[in-house]
Amino acid sequence: MAKLVFLGRLADLAGRAEAEFGFSAPLDWLDVVQWLTDCFSEALGDAVRDPKVRVALNGVILTDRKGLELHNHDELAFLPPVSGG
Amino acid sequence: MLDVRLLTQPFNPGAFIGPFTNAHPGLGGVCTFVGEVRGGGGVEALELSHYEPLTLPGMQALAETASSRFGLMGMLMLHRVGKMYPGEPIVCVSAAAVHRRAAIEAVDFAMDHLKSNSWFWKRELRAGNWHWIEPRDQDHADLRRWG
Repeated sequence: MAKLVFLGRLADLAGRAEAEFGFSAPLDWLDVVQWLTDCFSEALGDAVRDPKVRVALNGVILTDRKGLELHNHDELAFLPPVSGG
Repeated sequence: MLDVRLLTQPFNPGAFIGPFTNAHPGLGGVCTFVGEVRGGGGVEALELSHYEPLTLPGMQALAETASSRFGLMGMLMLHRVGKMYPGEPIVCVSAAAVHRRAAIEAVDFAMDHLKSNSWFWKRELRAGNWHWIEPRDQDHADLRRWG
């Protein structure tokens, strides 16, 4: 199982702050976006593709999300732009 | 001394600032900023969410950067998360230094970065509905002041 974490308005779009899912082989970025689109909504899939949304794997911001390799027990967080003052 | 904390309950800034000041004998000045949840505009409540693996480490790194950039003796950085109401403190930053300008500028620097570049997401409750607060151009302009 891997854990997905949705922050800010993405939690509203997902309808929850966290989700877990299992898979047999490591997933790449396109697999994850497809899973979000199929299991949640096209709107959520589109939202995480926005380059302004940062992605963190196990607490480390990814500089190149296309290089993602998601394994079981990983935590993947989707971080929309932070609020200002 | 760097004292950086996320707080989940209402806090009294004075209860932290006093001990922080006392921990730095020989200081020349302490500058403190306390931000509160603004009232008005129909705001009934504010809720801050954060991401545990990034938010506190990011604040710690910011305090370290401010401390070395301005040559501080110490920095206190407190930030609320969770639901809060107008008039409640949301943030407190205090800098202790040998000279006043370093303390004042360090607090200004830390606040600009906390507001624009730290991992917090805010939403306001107005007329019974929650509204996410979006980044503002002014926040980015504030950050550019520091190069």
